[in-house]
Amino acid sequence: MHRFANPTRFLKIARPLTVWLFWPGLLLLSAGALCGLFVTPADYLQGDTVRILYMHVPAAWLGMGGWTGIAVAALMQLVWRHPLAGIAGRAIALPGAFFTAICLITGSIWGRPTWGTWWEWDGRMTSMLVLFFLYLGYMALANASARNGQGGGGVSAVTAIFGLVGAINIPIINRSVVWWNSLHQGPSITLRGSSIDTALLWPLGLTVVGFTLLFGAIVLMRMRAILAQNKTEARMQRLARG
Amino acid sequence: MNQWAFVIGAYALTFLGTGAISLMSWRMMRSAEARAQRQSDRA
Repeated sequence: MHRFANPTRFLKIARPLTVWLFWPGLLLLSAGALCGLFVTPADYLQGDTVRILYMHVPAAWLGMGGWTGIAVAALMQLVWRHPLAGIAGRAIALPGAFFTAICLITGSIWGRPTWGTWWEWDGRMTSMLVLFFLYLGYMALANASARNGQGGGGVSAVTAIFGLVGAINIPIINRSVVWWNSLHQGPSITLRGSSIDTALLWPLGLTVVGFTLLFGAIVLMRMRAILAQNKTEARMQRLARG
Repeated sequence: MNQWAFVIGAYALTFLGTGAISLMSWRMMRSAEARAQRQSDRA
């Protein structure tokens, strides 16, 4: 990973990778969404509302995956002092918060016709809402450290520690439907297989991979923006010093 | 309410939001890189 500690070397890979992630991602998620809307059959119990699955599950995956990325970046920043780790953490925060919000909202839209309620304070929904608030807290801390000139365009050590500690919530979200009574269904996709019928499952693979590639492209765009801003600020400071 | 109204609502929100965040990130990157390039051309 330290091979990419040099921003020039990182940018040489990030520039083409942004395009390679964005367009295939968009293509896959569009194909998955179209198939989920018009090709797969309706569920025998839930009817057509089951189609929300193809938006809700990738959003949940990216909300949780985003925070896992923040925690890994925080570890790399605190232990190995990787110069791009803080920048990666800062770049992940907004798209991670966005997909967590999408997961909560699409879940709520799905819950109304299926459970008869928009919201229930059970383990899964509450822990996911906590994740959204953690993202907001992380972004506030990251913005404050950027304003104070800490973290070299990335995040301060306090923000990184917050990112690491917040990762405790990820296994809680994952196990919440097992530990507590919930309106939410139990784990339907595990390492041992899936309880969802193959006729309904296959477009989910397309949307999960598609959204993941697009998420990667968005993170790279934001990292490139932060690196360019750092470059501009460093040059202006040099000029100001004469 | 028709089930399709919920489905279309969820899809529209996800696609519009994803489009907005992609466009915002792209514009942020383009303007930051263009500013850095202009500055290095001037130097």
